[in-house]
Amino acid sequence: MPEQALLKIPDAAYEQAMLKIERARWAVSRFQMMDHTATARVVQAAAAAAYAKSQFYAEWAVRETGMGVAAHKRQKNEACSKGLVELYGAEDFVSPRIDAASKIVELPRPAGVIFALIPVTNPVSTIYFKTLMALMTRNAIILSPHPGGKSVCADAARMLAQAAQAAGAPEGAIQVIDEPNIPLIEKLIADARVDLVVATGGPAVVKAAYRSGNPALGVGPGNAPVLVDDTADLKLAAKRIVASKSFDNSILCTNESTLLAFSAIADALLTALRAEGAHICTPEETSKLRNLLFTDDGFNTAIIGKDAGIIAREAGFTAPGAKILVTPVDLVQPEEKLVREKLCPVLAFARVGGIGQAISSARSMMRTAGRGHSAAIHSHNEAHIMAFSAALPALRVAVNAGCSLGASGFETYLGPSMTIGTGFAGGSSLSENLTPRHLVQFARIAYNRESSEIFGNFAGLDPLNLPQPTAAPPAAAILEQDSTALRQKLRQIILEELSAVLAA
Amino acid sequence: MFDYGHFKFENKQECLDTAIRYWNPDKTLFWQKAGIDLVIGRREGYCLYDMDGRRLIDLHLNGGTFNFGHRHPELIETLKGALDYFDIGNHWFPSVARAALSEALIKATPGMKYAIFGAGGAEAVDIAIKSARYATKRRKIVSIIKGYHGHGGLSVATGDERFSKIFLADQPDVFFHVPFNDIGAMEQALKSGDIAALIMETIPATYGFPLPNEGYLAACKALCEKYGALYIADEVQTGLMRCGELWGWQTYGIQPDIMVTAKGLSGGLYPISACLVNERAGGWLNEDGAAHISTSGGAELGCVVGHKVLEMLLRPETIANVHAVSAFFHEMMAEMMRRHGDIFTGVRQRGVILGLEFNHPEGAVYASRALYEHGIWAIFSSLDKRVLQWKPGVLLSHAMCEEIIDRFDAAMPRARELIRAATK
Repeated sequence: MPEQALLKIPDAAYEQAMLKIERARWAVSRFQMMDHTATARVVQAAAAAAYAKSQFYAEWAVRETGMGVAAHKRQKNEACSKGLVELYGAEDFVSPRIDAASKIVELPRPAGVIFALIPVTNPVSTIYFKTLMALMTRNAIILSPHPGGKSVCADAARMLAQAAQAAGAPEGAIQVIDEPNIPLIEKLIADARVDLVVATGGPAVVKAAYRSGNPALGVGPGNAPVLVDDTADLKLAAKRIVASKSFDNSILCTNESTLLAFSAIADALLTALRAEGAHICTPEETSKLRNLLFTDDGFNTAIIGKDAGIIAREAGFTAPGAKILVTPVDLVQPEEKLVREKLCPVLAFARVGGIGQAISSARSMMRTAGRGHSAAIHSHNEAHIMAFSAALPALRVAVNAGCSLGASGFETYLGPSMTIGTGFAGGSSLSENLTPRHLVQFARIAYNRESSEIFGNFAGLDPLNLPQPTAAPPAAAILEQDSTALRQKLRQIILEELSAVLAA
Repeated sequence: MFDYGHFKFENKQECLDTAIRYWNPDKTLFWQKAGIDLVIGRREGYCLYDMDGRRLIDLHLNGGTFNFGHRHPELIETLKGALDYFDIGNHWFPSVARAALSEALIKATPGMKYAIFGAGGAEAVDIAIKSARYATKRRKIVSIIKGYHGHGGLSVATGDERFSKIFLADQPDVFFHVPFNDIGAMEQALKSGDIAALIMETIPATYGFPLPNEGYLAACKALCEKYGALYIADEVQTGLMRCGELWGWQTYGIQPDIMVTAKGLSGGLYPISACLVNERAGGWLNEDGAAHISTSGGAELGCVVGHKVLEMLLRPETIANVHAVSAFFHEMMAEMMRRHGDIFTGVRQRGVILGLEFNHPEGAVYASRALYEHGIWAIFSSLDKRVLQWKPGVLLSHAMCEEIIDRFDAAMPRARELIRAATK
């Protein structure tokens, strides 16, 4: 048998995936007919089902991707299911909004079909997050996992679809691409029937989303500086930084990349970090880590989300019990590879003379990566906080919080998000943490400003259930040839009654 | 100038004149008189374009031939790929393409044993009748009045005399017709005990898709068993997922002895039909397999396309789309009746097969014309011109379904005008 098939055949996987888009379009048409109560029921059911499986999928994701920490993934899964519903559950993205003062009525217009790219780093939490936000806003979603996490993602997507559908969601509202590959995804995101691409992942993925020609919400890579000044509570700062940097082994793009410490408190901070479980590397160890983490092709992806102890061992030294590895560096400039984004529990460390040098260092490291993303500061000096935030090309600065969960909104009031907008600075149209509000637009009914033109009374008027037009259909033509006149007459009466019932 | 390379036409009129002169004067003139001046040019998806460039959404689909739309890219690629290797093939020998398609058909169809291929529906019906006669050693065939099973030597005799008498092809001594949905009449016909088979379209298409009454088909099948006749399900229009399942008879919970499929099996690209038989009806394939011969029946190119058609139909996404399209037209046609109940008075529906009833003996002819003027091509039922055949494709998109309904709504006042003018 020859290995190559004798016939040239069509790409059935592509054709089948194209059918998914149309299936989603049908789901959108059904979803538009659902009111807030029905929508909320779907969201609650899907979130509850997701929450119940948090641990199950946390373990599976670690097993399949070889990245992260199951306990932390569970935490994210819980935050992206029950947590999201607690936060947004009371909000109504479905009903018309009446603003009598502006004489405007807003009618929600969901995006429609959302094509969601799911990263390998946070697979299930991102599936949960994007799906629940889509459901809250009555969008259909097609989930496209990274190939490295496709099995766990497909299973989680099907679980959500089943739970949502059982609670009344339209058939096809949640679908998944089982066998993703780049050429396939590039074709799908460019399809005119896709309304919005929400891309979370590496720069290549995000750029592809923007290139697609469809509206896209994509986000650039992170590379967060964290500053500890001389007014910070060092013990607390150290605790928060180690917890954040070790959270899911630094797999969130909001994780701290480089710690900048005021010289005056630097040694004390290192002592505090050590007490929290940080291993402070010697110059030799730092050099070994630099060689392990960065190859000629860039960051060594095999290290993403690995435990600190394992990374140390692979680099050629031991750091028993270490939660994170701290690598002191002299230069905070892009040519020092260790100050680039590192999705692993390795934290660069540098001393700065004061706020001025802190800012120039942070700006230097963000010059090649991390623009528009995140930063953190541990300080009680508002002038420092303001100066740092105003000068950096970051769009969110977490204060006295770990950056991983602070900038991503779980430990601040930014709004928990697995998709961090990097704004114009970071090549994105989205500057905030992605929330349901970004997935719905509004049609506006706007009255004449003239005071003589009175704003209508729209209270209680439901666009899904408007009164039927009262005008009767044209009178039946009298058809002499028709031998079944009586039957026609009866039908007419039935129709009129039907119209009356439906209009009631 | 329409230059097709092989031939040229100055304009549409030259094509019409040539068709009248050399092809079929009556058929050509019929449409001219009916106000349908269509000569199909380009075609793509569920759209046809008149030679002059006017776009029409196709809800005729030639009875499901274009179930997947016109020139579906996946099917074109399949056929092009097959052309690098296959041709019609040699019917005398076993072939990979025929073996593969027959296996796929039989595995997808409960209760059947062999697939016998033809080039078109009528040929497959002829094979079905031959098979039934072989199995029962009886000659007579029962079908319904206003039935339609094609125009072959045997099949045409099962249908309405409108198509048989003109060619002296009616055979009243052997082919009997009973009223549809009349189980008493059916028993009367079958109980003579010398009937080879009952042939029945699961929903009679050319008769305007009157739906079988609850239990009617099952009762017919039971009567066949009681009196030793075979039940032939003609699934040419109702099969291939158009009723919501692969075969229409599956949705009625019956098990035929023989079934026939055609039209859509070709993907609209390469003609092929199949007669599926159970063990008993397929007996002749063990005794004398060369008793029926068809040079282009089961052409290998058609087999490759048919194989792909089955694969595409059985995708969960396709099935979901069929259900979505069915539900859409179920709801929207009710709304259309509310708006236009004075002329549009009833809907018969199963899956994506609909018959729309108008309250004038030729109401569907006028509706068809009004829709044609509004960019939709849907044909009336030849044997009941009150009923418009409404046959959306299985892959129709939501956007196009909405467009269809908007156009339908806009066309009804014109239909009303035409019907009123005809009534005066």
